Amino acid sequence: MTSRITRADVEHVARLARLALSEEEIEQFTVQLAQILEHAANVEALDTADVAPTAHPIPIANVMRPDEPRPGLPRDEVLAMAPDAEDGRFRVPRIVDYGDTPNPGDYSDPGREEQC
Amino acid sequence: MTGTDGLVGRTATELAALVRAAEVSATEVTDAHLARIDAYDGGIRSFLYRADAEARERAAEIDAARSRGEDLGPLAGVPVAVKDVLTTRGLPTTCGSRILEGWRPPYDATVITRLRAAGAVLVGKTNMDEFAMGSSTENSAFFPTANPWDTTRVPGGSSGGSASAVAAGFSPLAIGTDTGGSIRQPAALCGVVGVKPTYGRVSRYGLVAYASSLDQAGGLATTVADAALLLEVIWGHDPADSTSIPTVPEPVRPTLEDGVAGLRVGIITELTETDGIQPEVAAAVEAARAILEEAGAEVDKVSVPSVEYGLSAYYIIAPAEASSNLARYDGVRYGLRRQAADVGTMNALTREAGFGAEVKRRIMIGTYALSAGYYDAYYGQAQRVRTLIINDFARAYEHFDVLLSPTSPTTAFPLGAKVDDPLAMYLSDVCTVPTNLAGAPGISVPAGLDGDGLPLAVQVVAPALHEAVMFRAARALERGFEFTARPRLGAS
Repeated sequence: MTSRITRADVEHVARLARLALSEEEIEQFTVQLAQILEHAANVEALDTADVAPTAHPIPIANVMRPDEPRPGLPRDEVLAMAPDAEDGRFRVPRIVDYGDTPNPGDYSDPGREEQC
Repeated sequence: MTGTDGLVGRTATELAALVRAAEVSATEVTDAHLARIDAYDGGIRSFLYRADAEARERAAEIDAARSRGEDLGPLAGVPVAVKDVLTTRGLPTTCGSRILEGWRPPYDATVITRLRAAGAVLVGKTNMDEFAMGSSTENSAFFPTANPWDTTRVPGGSSGGSASAVAAGFSPLAIGTDTGGSIRQPAALCGVVGVKPTYGRVSRYGLVAYASSLDQAGGLATTVADAALLLEVIWGHDPADSTSIPTVPEPVRPTLEDGVAGLRVGIITELTETDGIQPEVAAAVEAARAILEEAGAEVDKVSVPSVEYGLSAYYIIAPAEASSNLARYDGVRYGLRRQAADVGTMNALTREAGFGAEVKRRIMIGTYALSAGYYDAYYGQAQRVRTLIINDFARAYEHFDVLLSPTSPTTAFPLGAKVDDPLAMYLSDVCTVPTNLAGAPGISVPAGLDGDGLPLAVQVVAPALHEAVMFRAARALERGFEFTARPRLGAS
């Protein structure tokens, strides 16, 4: 019987979910996720042709408040807890690919950890 | 003055009355409980963070307020332990995860704000399965928590720290959260009362999100009355949570002792007449039936067919929502960061290092179930099955006022027994997840001990917004079971 999720699926999903999985994890998760999804797929057995989906069990709509400014979170306290902050902003490694870095979509090599 | 020896093991209701009447000080109550935690938490490990200094300061404030003749809140001087998934400003909040190790939130959860306003004394943050994903607290990134009744066994999860804290007498009350049973199941395994209210009753502002359409904070206590008291303090509309129910909740304590004469109780057949329910657990449900009938209720079986698909639907919906909610842990604004030359690699390395295996599994399942080509077959279908479950419950409630079932299919299992088998662990939630999917309230009530001295429990569930009748039935069961046993603890 074909497994519901293949190794290639697991690698693809790991990229989507921004998880740099190890080889061991990829192997283990391929097995475990297939088992879990097989169980979850039981839902296929039910006829839901005329059934609307439920996103929220207690639907509440159009929750509004007057458009009056209110204080947000205390900025200094927030930034004090940031991994890296500068000039009142969160500081991160480069976001835009200028073509001189290796493919930013390839997260599979933990050896790529670097200091910036 | 009452000696401090007599303060541990008292209910919150009793302690609040003693403090209000100035028969004992908030400081004495706090000190007594902190001393108990010192003596015994080494062998249980309920706590990730001990808030001793903050607790003593708060207790002193309460005592000062009392001596000034000020009005005290309904929980003034009562120690409360809080699951580490709720933000406490300036105090560590880890969600049981390395990815938030060291993080101190810049704001309090609304639950915390309301507890403080009521005069409660926060004694610490309790251990949990990482990001509330688990049924044994073994998924905590830091250490497992032991069941006070048998320290070789799990306390349940994900609110295992809170359940064990109440069972061990560390605090008479604890806050937990319940997405698929995470208050009720550990309450069952630890022999305490655990209540999840209707979805939207308790604000989720500051409740670190796992699955936003399922998460609810609730209470754990040694008595139904205490659980009711706690719930009435923390629930109610919050403008900061747009899923918070706008209407004022009907109080549950005024009718708590009204009994169950004429109440129609349905025993859910799909959750009782099935393999996997331990015989003593099934017997506890039968004992519950006898108690309710004796008290004048009409008890009968009822079928809620789609409930059999609850676990499958849950393990699509919850991971799907989690995959979205946990995307924020990216090393940018808070928590762990693993440096890299580009931000995408930084995100991936950070998450790889910071998340445990179960969290990764659920993120992956959720991502897969929402991905192009699979969305409708998995997530779409699960949402429609959710509607079927809600409809089946509604049909049952045409003939019954409350429903009865086991809370957990088994008593507490040994530490390590299910860690290598995720699916076996998931089955712990079979009786509880349907309530979350339906957004309905549920309560677990202790029903005695099994042959191994392990707690048994039964679950009462009611229609959305009907906490009052649910509590009334729970109180009747509590009166009938007369469960007052407490675990004997070993010194740490």
